[in-house]
Amino acid sequence: MTTPRLELKGITKAFPDVVANSDVSLTVMPGETHAVLGENGAGKSTLMKVIYGSLMPDAGQILLNGQVMRIRNPKEARANGIGMVFQHFNLFDTMTVAENVWLGLARTSLEQVTASIVAKATEYGLDIDPRRAVHTLSVGERQRVEIIRALLTRPELLILDEPTSVLTPQAVEKLFLVLRKLASEGCSILYISHKLHEIRELCTACTVLRAGKVTGVCNPKEESNASLSRMMIGAEPPLLEHHECQAGSTTMVVRNLSLERDDQFGVDLQEINLSVCAGEIVGIAGVSGNGQKELLYALSGEDTRSPHGSIRIGEVDVSALDPGERRRMGLHFVPEERLGRGAVPTLSLAQNLLLTRTESISIPRCAGGWIRVKALANHAERLIDRFHIKAGGPNSVARSLSGGNLQKYIVAREIDANPKLLIVSQPTWGVDVGAAAQIRGEILRLRDEGCAVLVVSEELDELFEVCDRMYVIARGKLSPSIPIAEATVEKIGEWMSGLWDRSVPGEARHA
Amino acid sequence: MMDSYALLIAATLNAGTVLAIASLGLLINEKAGIVNLGAEGMMLCAAIAGFAAVVHTGSDTMGFLAGIAAGAFMAAIFGGLVIWLNTNQYATGLALTLFGSGFSAFAGIAYVQAQIPERPNFALPYLSDIPLVGPALFRQHPLVYLTVAFALVLIWFLYRTRSGLILRSVGESPESAHALGYAVRWIRMGAVVMGGALCGLAGAYLSIIYTPLWVEGMVAGKGWIALALTTFATWRPARVLLGAYLFGGVTMLQFHLQGVGVELPSQVLSMLPYLATIFVLALISRNPRWIRINIPAAMGKPFHPGS
Ligand SMILES: Nc1ncnc2c1ncn2[C@@H]1O[C@H](COP(=O)(O)OP(=O)(O)OP(=O)(O)O)[C@@H](O)[C@H]1O
Ligand SMILES: [Mg+2]
Repeated sequence: MTTPRLELKGITKAFPDVVANSDVSLTVMPGETHAVLGENGAGKSTLMKVIYGSLMPDAGQILLNGQVMRIRNPKEARANGIGMVFQHFNLFDTMTVAENVWLGLARTSLEQVTASIVAKATEYGLDIDPRRAVHTLSVGERQRVEIIRALLTRPELLILDEPTSVLTPQAVEKLFLVLRKLASEGCSILYISHKLHEIRELCTACTVLRAGKVTGVCNPKEESNASLSRMMIGAEPPLLEHHECQAGSTTMVVRNLSLERDDQFGVDLQEINLSVCAGEIVGIAGVSGNGQKELLYALSGEDTRSPHGSIRIGEVDVSALDPGERRRMGLHFVPEERLGRGAVPTLSLAQNLLLTRTESISIPRCAGGWIRVKALANHAERLIDRFHIKAGGPNSVARSLSGGNLQKYIVAREIDANPKLLIVSQPTWGVDVGAAAQIRGEILRLRDEGCAVLVVSEELDELFEVCDRMYVIARGKLSPSIPIAEATVEKIGEWMSGLWDRSVPGEARHA
Repeated sequence: MMDSYALLIAATLNAGTVLAIASLGLLINEKAGIVNLGAEGMMLCAAIAGFAAVVHTGSDTMGFLAGIAAGAFMAAIFGGLVIWLNTNQYATGLALTLFGSGFSAFAGIAYVQAQIPERPNFALPYLSDIPLVGPALFRQHPLVYLTVAFALVLIWFLYRTRSGLILRSVGESPESAHALGYAVRWIRMGAVVMGGALCGLAGAYLSIIYTPLWVEGMVAGKGWIALALTTFATWRPARVLLGAYLFGGVTMLQFHLQGVGVELPSQVLSMLPYLATIFVLALISRNPRWIRINIPAAMGKPFHPGS
C-alpha cells in the first residue's frame, strides 16, 4: 500500500466563540483530488489553514508522506511542497501581479517570475498581464493571480479554497484541465467548492464536514447532488417558487451611457442602454473584466462622471447623485467585494448595518443623530436569525465570519431594506447550496413584491434560474436584452464574445 | 553678490541634509507600517550622545556612531512596545519624544559650554575650485553627498529588490504578508530600528557638523518636520529629498532676507519655509489616486498574528 500524501489525525481548532474543527481526520493519497464539502461555517477554511501552517491546531497530528510534521508557518508548508489558494485573497493591492506572485515564491528574480507567469498563463489559459497593479483587477482576475501563484510553487499538495467561485464556466473548464494534468503527474489536490456538480466531475474522494466534525467520507462520483446535500446540510435544498413575472413600470433606465475608463486598465463603457422594470429580475452575464465593474460603479453612484441624463430612476436623473442619495431613492447595492466595499472587516456586524441602513439612528437624515445601540443590535440579530447566519452574534466582527456567512449577511442587509431597485453583483459567491437557494428565493420574493432587480453574475446557471430577461456585456458594450425563454447557453456563450449583432440582425438596440 | 548666492546654496544643502536623513529613515519605517512620532526625541538624544562622544574622543566617527546607536536603541524600545506589546503607536511615539527632550536636556547640562575641535574645511579636490559651482556644491561634509547617494540606493531598494518588496508588503497588508509566511513583526522591527538609526545620524550631524555645539532642545522641531515631509512627499524618497532641500533653502533665504532688512515682519518670514514646503509638495502630489497608491495601507495600525 502506498503511503498517503497527507494524513490528518484528530485535528481540533477552537476560536473564542466556536470550535471550528473538532477531531477531524482526513487522508489524501498521491494523485488524488479530494473534495472537502460542508455548509458555510463548517470549518473547511480553518482546516486548510491548519494544513498550510497559517493557523496552529490545538490538538492533533499532521502527517506528510507518512512523517509527522509540525508546520509552523506557510513558508515551511511551501518548503514541504504544499501550495494554497486562499478563499479571501492574500494579495497586495498597490503592487503588480508579478510582484504579488514573487512574494509567494522562493528566491528568483522578478524577470524570471514575469516570464514564468506568462508561460503558465498561456499554458493553462489563465490570461493575465503580469505588469498590472492588483487593485485594477476584477475579482475573477485576482483569483487567477492566486491560482498562478500557487501553481508556480510546483506543489505536491495543492489546496484550493473555493477557487471557482468567481470564475466563468469556460475558465472553470480550463482550470479543471490544469488540475487533472497536475493530478496525473502525482500532485494531490484538496478542493473546496460549494458547486456540487464540479465536485462530482473532478474529485475522486470527498470528506464532508458539518459544524466542525467529519460527517462522512464518500466517492462523489457515486453520489447525487441530493445525497451530497443531505450529508452536508441534513436536507435537500428547497426548490425555488417561480411565479409569473408581472413587470410593472420602468424603474431604472440607462440611456447611451458612455464612460471613459477611470484607470489605465479599466474598460471604456460604450453606449450602454439598459432598463429594469418593477417586478422583474434582469441579469447581466459576461466574463468578468468586460466592464461589469465600471458599469456597477456608475450605477451605484461610486462613479459620478456619467453624462447628464444617462441614468434615471423613475423620472429623476440620478447620474450626478452619490450612493447615499441614490439609496434614499430606493436603490440598494451589493458589491462583489464583500470585505472592504461591502463590509468593514474590523467593525461588528451591527455596526456594519449602519453603512447602508439608518433605521436605528434616532434622527435618520441627520448626521448628528444618536445611534440607538439596543435597536441596532436587535436589528442585526433579526437579520442573523432570518437568514440563518452562523455568527457569534451582532457584536462579532465582520472578519471573523466564514466567507459564505458574511456574503449572506451583506445580501440580507440590502434585501431587508425593501428596496425599490436592488443591484446585486455575484449574489451567491461562496455561499453553500442551501443558502444559495435561500438567497435566490429572497430575490424572487422581492421581485414578486414589485422590486426591480438587476443581477450581475458570471454564473450562467444562476442567471437562468432567477432572471426574467438577460443582457450580456462584452468589451464594454451591452447586448440587447433577451427574454429568458429564448436564451440558450450556446447563444449567451456566443454573445459573451461580443457577437450579438450577427445573431440578431435588425433587432432594436433599445430594450 | 554671486558669492552670497553660492553660500546660500551651500547652506541649503547643509540644512536640508539633516531633514533628509531623518525623513528617509522615517520613510523606511512608515513603509513597513509603523509611524514613529518619537523622531524629535530620538534626534535630541542622538545629538547629545554624538556631541558628548566627540568631546570625549575627539573623533567625528565616534560621534556619528554614538548618535546612530542612541537613535537605534530608542527605536528598538519603541518597536518592542508597539510591535510586540501592541501599545498605541502614536501615544508611544509621543512619549518617546517627551522622554527624549527631557533626558537630553538632563544629560546635556555638562556640555552646554563645551567646545569641540575646530572642523576642518571639507572640499572635494579640483571640483571645489570651480568658480561659483565649487563653493556652492563641492565644499560640503561627505555626509551631504552620502545622503543623496543613500536616497538613490533607497529608491532602488524599495522598488527594485525583493527585500524592498517584502518591506512594502508588510506595510501594505500585514495579514497577507503573514499568510504568505513572512515574519511581519521582525521585518517591522528591523525597519523601525533602521529608522531610529537614521534619525540618530541626523541628530548627530546637527550637533557635530551643522551647529556645532549643544543647546537644550536644539533639534527645534526638525523631527516633526521630517515626519510631515514623508507624508507630503507621499512616501517617495526623491520627493522627500526635494522637500528637505526646499525647506532648507527657504529657511536660509528667509535668514538672508531678514539680514538685508526686508520690510516684512520676521514672524511672516519664519513661516515661509513651512508654507513653501507644504505648497510645493501639496501641489506635486495633489492626485488622490497617487496618494492612495503610495500610502502604506496598514500604516499606524496594529497587527496581531493569528487573528
Ligand atoms: N479568526 C477567527 N476568529 C473567530 N472565529 C473564526 C475565525 N475564523 C473562523 N472563525 C469561525 O470558525 C467557523 C468556521 O469558519 P471557516 O471559515 O472555516 O468556515 P468555512 O467552512 O470555510 O465556511 P465558508 O464555506 O463560508 O467559507 C465559523 O463559525 C467562523 O465564524
Ligand atoms: Mg471558507
